[in-house]
Amino acid sequence: MKVTVVGCGKIGTAIINRLVSEGHDIIAVDKSKAVVQTVTNIYDVMCVTGSGTDQETLIDAGAGECDMFISVTDSDETNMLSCFMAKKMGAKHTVSRIRSPEINDKSLSFIKQHMDISLVINPELLAAKEIFNILKLPSAVNIETFSRRNFEMIELVIKPGSKLDGVTLVELRKKYSGKFLICAVGRGDEVYIPGGDFKLMAGDKIGLTAETSEIEKLLKQLDIMQKRARNIIILGAGRVSEYLSRMLVGGGNNVKAIDLDAKKCEKLAKSVPEVTVINGDGSEQEVLLEEGIGNVDAFITLTGMDEQNILISYFASTLSVPKVVTKVNRQELYNIAERLGLDTLISPKHIIEDVVSRYARALQNSINSSNIETLYRLLDEKVEAVEFKVGKDFEYINVPIKEIKTAKNAIIAGIIRNRRQIIIPSGDDYILEGDKVVIISTNKNILNLNDIIE
Amino acid sequence: MNRRMVLNILGRMLIAEAALLALPMAVSVYYLEKCFFAFLITALFSLFTGLLLWLVSKPRKTTIYAKEGFIIVALVWIVMSLVGALPFTISREIPNYFDAVFETVSGFTTTGASIVRDVEKLSRGILFWRSFTHWIGGMGILLFVMAIIPNLSDRTVHIMRAEVPGPVVDKIVPRLKQTAKILYSIYIVITAIEVVLLLCGGMTFYESLLHSFGTAGTGGFGIKRESIAYYSPYCQWVIGIFMLIFGVNFNIYYLIIAKRIKGVLKSKELLWYLSIFFISFVLISFNVSFLYNNFSETVRNSFFQVSSIMTTTGYSTVDFDKWPLFSRGLLLVIMMIGGCSGSTAGGLKVSRVALLIKQVGREIKHMLHPKSVSVVRFDSKPVDEDTLKNVSVYFILYIICIMAVFMLLCLEPPPFNTETNLSATLACINNIGPGLDIVGPAGNYAAYSSFSKVVLSVAMLLGRLEIFPLLLLFTPAMWKKH
Repeated sequence: MKVTVVGCGKIGTAIINRLVSEGHDIIAVDKSKAVVQTVTNIYDVMCVTGSGTDQETLIDAGAGECDMFISVTDSDETNMLSCFMAKKMGAKHTVSRIRSPEINDKSLSFIKQHMDISLVINPELLAAKEIFNILKLPSAVNIETFSRRNFEMIELVIKPGSKLDGVTLVELRKKYSGKFLICAVGRGDEVYIPGGDFKLMAGDKIGLTAETSEIEKLLKQLDIMQKRARNIIILGAGRVSEYLSRMLVGGGNNVKAIDLDAKKCEKLAKSVPEVTVINGDGSEQEVLLEEGIGNVDAFITLTGMDEQNILISYFASTLSVPKVVTKVNRQELYNIAERLGLDTLISPKHIIEDVVSRYARALQNSINSSNIETLYRLLDEKVEAVEFKVGKDFEYINVPIKEIKTAKNAIIAGIIRNRRQIIIPSGDDYILEGDKVVIISTNKNILNLNDIIE
Repeated sequence: MNRRMVLNILGRMLIAEAALLALPMAVSVYYLEKCFFAFLITALFSLFTGLLLWLVSKPRKTTIYAKEGFIIVALVWIVMSLVGALPFTISREIPNYFDAVFETVSGFTTTGASIVRDVEKLSRGILFWRSFTHWIGGMGILLFVMAIIPNLSDRTVHIMRAEVPGPVVDKIVPRLKQTAKILYSIYIVITAIEVVLLLCGGMTFYESLLHSFGTAGTGGFGIKRESIAYYSPYCQWVIGIFMLIFGVNFNIYYLIIAKRIKGVLKSKELLWYLSIFFISFVLISFNVSFLYNNFSETVRNSFFQVSSIMTTTGYSTVDFDKWPLFSRGLLLVIMMIGGCSGSTAGGLKVSRVALLIKQVGREIKHMLHPKSVSVVRFDSKPVDEDTLKNVSVYFILYIICIMAVFMLLCLEPPPFNTETNLSATLACINNIGPGLDIVGPAGNYAAYSSFSKVVLSVAMLLGRLEIFPLLLLFTPAMWKKH
């Protein structure tokens, strides 16, 4: 597909990185010559220097012929305008980053409709949603939902002495009756799609799929159920904090936000009055202790600096705060954070990569009948979970699963029938047309359900 | 420095050269010539060394940076020339290895300067290889390999930048591989059209192929003593026009295919190129008109010669060494200007000359209005200062190289004179071929000593690779581990 990306900042380069590796032809646009130079040096893309709202630049960038036009500059208005222009010039689909809460609250649907924007991405809002989900179930380090929230995949880290330590999957299946499936295990740098005789060990990161209502039961049986977080401290009063605290306050939680910047504090206090806003330096331990970091249920670091987030989170985890969530944007800091024992890491950049690549694959596939509904990258980006709607072209409709020869690196993790019925598939289950199927695979370029068949 | 990656690519290139040697081998088999064995031995040698290098240097990571790009290009061109010279020596047709290297470098760099006293004595297989090197070198051998090898590295753009001539090298489509494919397709198609047109003019298939190779690469190795003068006026016109076509930036042809005529009209480089060509053509026509009997002969010869020299090809229909001094001087000047960037031609490149002149204009304006702020514009876009700086530095280096090569040639004893040595220097650095006096269109480079031949070989490489890659190759800091 031909894709034009305007704005090569953090999010822009993340999108370029992902789309190039998925084989798309990309033309990148940025105002700064230096930025453009770096991007052409690193990625196999063509670059144009200029503004995204300049018609001539857009012509040079192939906006008229592209299948997907993505605008992710700093400014919402620029993004909307350049998407609008590209659309009028003939771009098939447009994607715009719009992150200001004012626009997102009230005018979004109006703008989307009248400016003909196909997809609006808001990294901050999506990050806030993800954190919110995790706080509902703090035992997990990551939660992704499929198909209208009936079906979830959670990531857990196995702690030493846990009931999961040292058992094989067959034994596990015998002990616990619930409907669940462990579909991927990350151990060190490797990721496995485990068979029945796979033995779990402490330190493993597992991906587990189950019906939403089952998950809580299962966690209780395993004795790793943590109660829902109620008292929460958020470090940073930026956009993510604003979205997040609004969601948390709505659920009746007790939220405290700390930021050094008085203006940001004031803004947050104005837009979400229920939050206790503290104007102080969160990197000072004294401030954190004074605000009662020792007895909160969850502590979330959302400042703009990865390093600061990691260090303060580490401090919080030494005080045994039950749940610590850390925002980390730079990939190279992920490993360092994990080595410090921080397991719940949130990256708006990754979330956006997932959203855009899902959208791109859906577009690419729109000719076929089996469509991608959701897509996530899990276990440090090493596994992909994709939800497909089954179309007529699937070769094994109504065939028992044990007779389907799936590729070694892929597993069918769940079948959702008639929107409600959730099937954790065993060998005798089968797939029908119209079902939604969740596939977990280490092959990161699945476009079609038929791709998982050997 | 990713040495493994450098060696790995060098290995692949040697394998590619072995494959390319199969063509002249086939030709020599067809004409039942002895030089077949020379090609066979060289191809096998190239293949085995290539495989060996490729196998021992499996890269741990494929990431390369700008400096690796320069090093790869410089090394590949030197090694390919050294290997490409072997068939000449093994077949005993050019017994001296230094002569053979000179001839091969001259071929790959599309110079067309020759040390062969009588080309008609060479066998057909050898002549084919000589002309074929023009065609390979014209568009760039690494670019060719990038078009066919899957996923060499994700940063091959550095190699393309180092190999394709011109101050600013751009991709024409997002994928480098696709860009390389498009450029080569255009190259092949235009070459094929020329072959057909020459066939119509009564050349044999073999002759039209060889002349098309020489024109396409803007090389200029002939296969007749009289060069192109041997052929009919029709063939002279065809070659004259196609030389001009190959001196144009290939991006222009892509724009035409993509039906973006506006972009073509916007190209200031094309305008400068055609203007310089046309003015020189008219001036020389007037200057030489007294030498020829009729109008058509005057126009044909001056058109052909201006086209040949400006695009740095070096074919000739007349001995322009006998032309008046003004015409010879003008030819020396357009030698230095050369063709467009992104074409197969050599020289300084029209866009560089244009930018240099515009910079001079800006400086003069700045002297008149010391506080004025002005931007140099080209193709109706502002040119950033880095590019301008690069162009100025390139020009300085270019002059230094000319001076150095000229001084080294001046070590030669008489009958070599200033005119011969200076024109030989310019003709080699700008990749033209024939110069004036002893090395004029009727003469050759055979009389130079082996030392001077090596100096001129280096000069040709400097010109084709635009100085920087070779310069960096011999900078010790490049090779330090860090």
